[in-house]
Amino acid sequence: MNQYPAWKYVLIVLFLTFATVYALPNLFGDDPAVQLSHSKGFRMTPEMVDRATAALTAEQLTPISIESEPFKLLYRFSNAEDQIRARDVLQDQLSGQYSVALNLAPATPGWLRAVGADPMVLGLDLQGGVHFLLQVDMDAAMEQQLDRYVDDIRSILRPSRAEDRIRYVSIRAVNNGVLAQLRSAEDRARAMNRLQSNASMTGVDLEEVDGTDTFNIRMTIQENTLIALQQTALKQNITTLRNRVNELGVAEPIVHQQGGDRIVIQLPGIQDTARAKEILGATATLEYRAVDEQGNALDAANTGRIPPNSRLYTTRDGTPILLLKRLIVSGDQLVGAAAGFDQQTGTPMVSVTLDGVGANRMLDFTRDNVGNRMAVVFLENKPGGIRSEEVISVAVIREPFGKRFQTTGLDSTEESSQLALLLRAGALAAPVEIIEERTVGPSLGQDNIDKGFKSVIIGFVVVLIFMAIYYRVFGLFANVALAVNLVMVVALLSMLGATLTLPGIAGIVLTVGMAVDANVLIFERIREELRIGNTPQASIRAGYDKAFSTIADANITTLIAAVVLFTFGTGPIKGFAVTLSLGIITSMFTAIMLTRGIANLVYGGRRRVKKLAV
Amino acid sequence: MRLIKEQTTIDFMNRRWIALVISLAIILLGVGSLIIRGLDFGLDFTGGVLIEVGYDEAPALADIRQQLADGGFPDAIVQTFGTSRELVVRLAVPEDDSGSAGISSRVLSALSAGTESGVEMRRVEFVGPQIGEELAEKGALALLWALSGIFLYIMFRFQWRFSVGAVLALIHDVVITLGVLSLIGIEFDLTVVAALLAVIGYSLNDTIVLYDRIRENFRRLRKLTPLEVINNSINQTLSRTIITSMTTLLVLAALFIFGGEIIHSFAFTLITGVLVGTYSSIFVASTAVMQLGVTKLDLMQIEKENPELKARP
Repeated sequence: MNQYPAWKYVLIVLFLTFATVYALPNLFGDDPAVQLSHSKGFRMTPEMVDRATAALTAEQLTPISIESEPFKLLYRFSNAEDQIRARDVLQDQLSGQYSVALNLAPATPGWLRAVGADPMVLGLDLQGGVHFLLQVDMDAAMEQQLDRYVDDIRSILRPSRAEDRIRYVSIRAVNNGVLAQLRSAEDRARAMNRLQSNASMTGVDLEEVDGTDTFNIRMTIQENTLIALQQTALKQNITTLRNRVNELGVAEPIVHQQGGDRIVIQLPGIQDTARAKEILGATATLEYRAVDEQGNALDAANTGRIPPNSRLYTTRDGTPILLLKRLIVSGDQLVGAAAGFDQQTGTPMVSVTLDGVGANRMLDFTRDNVGNRMAVVFLENKPGGIRSEEVISVAVIREPFGKRFQTTGLDSTEESSQLALLLRAGALAAPVEIIEERTVGPSLGQDNIDKGFKSVIIGFVVVLIFMAIYYRVFGLFANVALAVNLVMVVALLSMLGATLTLPGIAGIVLTVGMAVDANVLIFERIREELRIGNTPQASIRAGYDKAFSTIADANITTLIAAVVLFTFGTGPIKGFAVTLSLGIITSMFTAIMLTRGIANLVYGGRRRVKKLAV
Repeated sequence: MRLIKEQTTIDFMNRRWIALVISLAIILLGVGSLIIRGLDFGLDFTGGVLIEVGYDEAPALADIRQQLADGGFPDAIVQTFGTSRELVVRLAVPEDDSGSAGISSRVLSALSAGTESGVEMRRVEFVGPQIGEELAEKGALALLWALSGIFLYIMFRFQWRFSVGAVLALIHDVVITLGVLSLIGIEFDLTVVAALLAVIGYSLNDTIVLYDRIRENFRRLRKLTPLEVINNSINQTLSRTIITSMTTLLVLAALFIFGGEIIHSFAFTLITGVLVGTYSSIFVASTAVMQLGVTKLDLMQIEKENPELKARP
């Protein structure tokens, strides 16, 4: 009569085992751990591993286990104090090239991990951490790019050899391009020639225009160059921000693009959010400029008359100084920076390495200017749109140098490390603005987990009791199905790597209530059939058969709502949509297949069933 | 155990006009409140800064306001959140656009200056103004898309009269729920929008179960008038509807009581929605279908063309 073929039972048992195995990792908790990886993403060499481990042993820190993968090393400890001490030790000994991060590593046993079973990923509102949405200021990026073009055009028209110089009235950025004003048509022709044959002037249109009493060249950036520039700015920003995030020592950061001009950054588990914001928001770079030896800085500061080729800056201690507008080397040309101490004076310094182009320009300049002074300008765009420009050092060029040299004039070791860090992490290609920030402190995260957990358990138990009382034996079947439902949802979340958020937990609670619905439909149908006078066995069958299409329709429409939520929602809302959808699907399965299977197991084989306990 | 009598014979359909009047009254009340008071829009839509802080001992709100005013935030709104030891400080986005990055740290230092035991930062939320508008747009779009999708699906599975009935019932639910939120002053944030969509899904559940039964009864009980058919259908599904609403409400009550302050508005919206949704399935959806003039002909199965049968004389 009502009997399930054996293969259906096998299928059910298979599903159940699957679900249990994949839900299991969530029971194991986390180990406090420290993660070591190379800042630039190189492999961890065995020597590295030994060195790090030796450093720990020297401090009597014994990890529970050491996991080494090609690109990272994980030390697990038995308690949080060991973890923090280990992080400090490793940071002291190895920082500069390696990033050391605190990590709560899941303590899933090996055999589970071998089948790909991992615990659920907790959202920021449950783990604690920071979420930023950054808007890239494309206009400012454009301005910076135009400034570079201006500099490039200047150096093309005024190379080091005096005889090659073409005189110009001015070169400046206007709207979408650069306007160069020259004195005569011949000058302009020569300039045009030279610019057109120069490799750095690709992707732009050069046009001869006549000014009121000058002969001008107008350079505009082409449309696709513009788009390409924006994309590059965005990608560069993402890379730079990733580097900065690595410096922060966060275990599983997320940095990616959202839309055309936005970047999402998520830093789970981070405690010091103020520092995170500082590092992410700051743009710092160095500029090397020549000191205007002809001008008188004090004069200029007092009278306000500044020579046309120079700009007035102030040094750290407040004295004014005139620096030539033309840049020798800018932050773009920096490839490396490390903090240290000046060998002769013992003061903090940053040792800077330039790339090929920068090295050449620096060499050219210093060769021609031995005995003159060069100044280092420190530019910082702090979060909040504050831009500071400070001359941190002015030194006489004693001998030519190119690729590598030191910059002194810093206040303290902290400043030199901070500067080195910012320089290493790179200058942002375009300034960014934080347009959304959500930070959850660790205690709130734990609170949310506790509360969420409690709601699920209590809701679950209440429904269990209700079903058992109201539908008796069949109610027990439904309860089994409910428990399996919960396990399956957890398993699916773990398998899919979906993120569990607080609204997500609410979604689970909701599906516990709604999952009952499918069962209720079936049981009420069975009761009806019994009332009409059908035999118990026939009633069971009729109940399941007739209720099926109703369950399908009802659940599909709720699924439509959940899918819409998923498409339009962000972060925590997406979590809710995911758990709701998964819950609906699993509840359909458990109600239709599972309870029927159990019912058939209990009642199916019997020839004469007098009464159904439903 | 039975909560509902075996064979209920409540004449729902003849009471439909009373039900309609009650609905209209509540809707008017709700809409009135929406117009006059509006909704208490949360940070997600207005933009601004929200900082939740925890103290070891419940502080005096007046002191906190003073500390904030001294720190340069005279317009800050301070409220308790959940227990009296957790406070929430709200600020509008500053015009000088200096970004939240600075603000939250400054607020925290202003607050720490005032206590010896230290202040714990529990959570910070900053939503820039353009994001606020975007989220509002997204929320509205989500609702529209959901309703359209549902309309089409039901038209496909049943018939256009049922689609209209279902969507009317859903709009009824959303409007009343929003009205209640406005009347009581529940904060309207993104999770509430999520809850509204869940309410739509849930209310639809009930409605579909009823429609399914109506369809079946139209085919079975051929001699009865539409009014009687619909009445029967409601009575037959009453038990199931009440039970499911009950279990869902039990579970939501657990969430409301134990889930904590953050999920409060979400749980409240769902509870209201479930109650209204059940009511709307029984009265609104059915009435609409009835008034639009449904007959059994609409739901008859189309005779399948059978070539053999046609060939016979």
